[in-house]
Amino acid sequence: MLTLLARLGEATLGLLAYLGRLGLFLLQAVVYVFTPPLKVGRVVRQIHFIGARSLLVIALTGLFTGMVLGLQGYYTLSRYGSEAFLGSAVALSLITELGPVLSALMVTGRAGSALTSEIGIMRITEQIDALEVMALNPIRYLVVPNLLAGVLVMPLLAALFDVVGIYGGFLVGVELLGLSSGTYFSSMTEAVTFADIKTGLYKSLSFGLIMSLICCFKGYHAGFGAAGVSRATTDAVVFSSVSVLVLDYFLNSVLL
Amino acid sequence: MSAELPIIQAQQLRKCFGPQVVLDGLSLEVRRGEILAIVGRSGTGKSVLLKHLIGLLAPDSGRVLVAGEDIHRARGRHLERLRERFGMLFQGGALFDSLTVEENVAFPLREKTRMTAAQIREAVHHCLKGVGLEGVEHKYPAQLSGGMRKRVALARALVRQPEIVLFDEPTTGLDPILVRAMHQLIFDTHVQFGYTAVIVSHEIPQIFEIASRVAMLHEGTIIAIDTPEGFQRSPNPVVQQFITGSLEGPLEPV
Repeated sequence: MLTLLARLGEATLGLLAYLGRLGLFLLQAVVYVFTPPLKVGRVVRQIHFIGARSLLVIALTGLFTGMVLGLQGYYTLSRYGSEAFLGSAVALSLITELGPVLSALMVTGRAGSALTSEIGIMRITEQIDALEVMALNPIRYLVVPNLLAGVLVMPLLAALFDVVGIYGGFLVGVELLGLSSGTYFSSMTEAVTFADIKTGLYKSLSFGLIMSLICCFKGYHAGFGAAGVSRATTDAVVFSSVSVLVLDYFLNSVLL
Repeated sequence: MSAELPIIQAQQLRKCFGPQVVLDGLSLEVRRGEILAIVGRSGTGKSVLLKHLIGLLAPDSGRVLVAGEDIHRARGRHLERLRERFGMLFQGGALFDSLTVEENVAFPLREKTRMTAAQIREAVHHCLKGVGLEGVEHKYPAQLSGGMRKRVALARALVRQPEIVLFDEPTTGLDPILVRAMHQLIFDTHVQFGYTAVIVSHEIPQIFEIASRVAMLHEGTIIAIDTPEGFQRSPNPVVQQFITGSLEGPLEPV
């Protein structure tokens, strides 16, 4: 009983210490965002890497998510004779929920894992130490550009996901199942309010931050050797995906 | 600042990693303009000591004075100014693998000085020539041999003309001829650029040819420090066994 209690306490303390380190890491990075010089070139490079190179995968997942929503939504709604609401159902679920969450998960898998392994390899090959020795701050060089890029890019990717998804719903609902396109879009413009769009925006902003924060943190503190980097990468993907989903729940309870 | 003042003074350094005591009250002085070699068995904390000298690792207690200033207490701009006195050659070179050779060597200049592109190119070529590398400017580190990579790393360490250069096993993984060539290169650049060198090395006896003094790190402290001749005559059985590489003696082959 006592050992169980001790173990529980140990785990809690470990978790708190970990969250503390993550918070300090974020704080440091935020300080460097606002103290010049900002490495604009590296920010642009990371925007290209995290954002531009995720376009295809986001468009593809968005399209199929929208198509599934269109199909499922149509059959469910037609049971109650309300297929006219298909447009609003598809749009609302994409904009407030699926767009931000799924695009964050896809970007974590595609770009987050690469961030962690890149920074982790720089750690184990002493490239991060080399930066420090040159009196260059590694957080400014490696972490800040990724955090900024993550925060800037994620809402845009989520927006793209939403648009392509809505078009996917249109393809299935209108082109395939014969709903009129006027009904599809008019129900959408009536149902979707600016508050819904803001919900989606806040979500993807926070997901962008949490994804790049966790991935950079894990890489920065990678263990030794190839095994250390591979474990850091796995951890980064798992932790950021789980955090995105957990955060999504809490944001929902606050924002809705 | 008087010329007699040691450029680096490590005082009573103590560092533990978990239960393992790596540095145990170690004190060491590096004199301006010398080549100090630090030898010792693998895993005795030579690299850890080097990282303490430049402030990459902080001691649990004790301090390191660089030109009289405590590097572990320095923060921000002050720390940057102290770090700018140093160049460091890492064990694996630590070249940025996404940049070409030229970009690697130019990196510290581009980031930390206001030199023009033409001046930077000039300085980079001068340094690469100084380490005997020409015509590889546009290759990536992965396309170079181990020996060439270390030369590039040396060029990068020297490009800002530091006062002190730390070498973390500069010859590990090189063949005997390259070891000699690397030592010669360190000696030549030492003369040419006039830096103080601290070299962590396993190369016994070749290191005696270039070192001004040799220090042996054993069980967390410096057990002997002397000129190469004096060091080789040391009565300390640990030093003697280490130099001869004998299996018999106080050191256990682990």
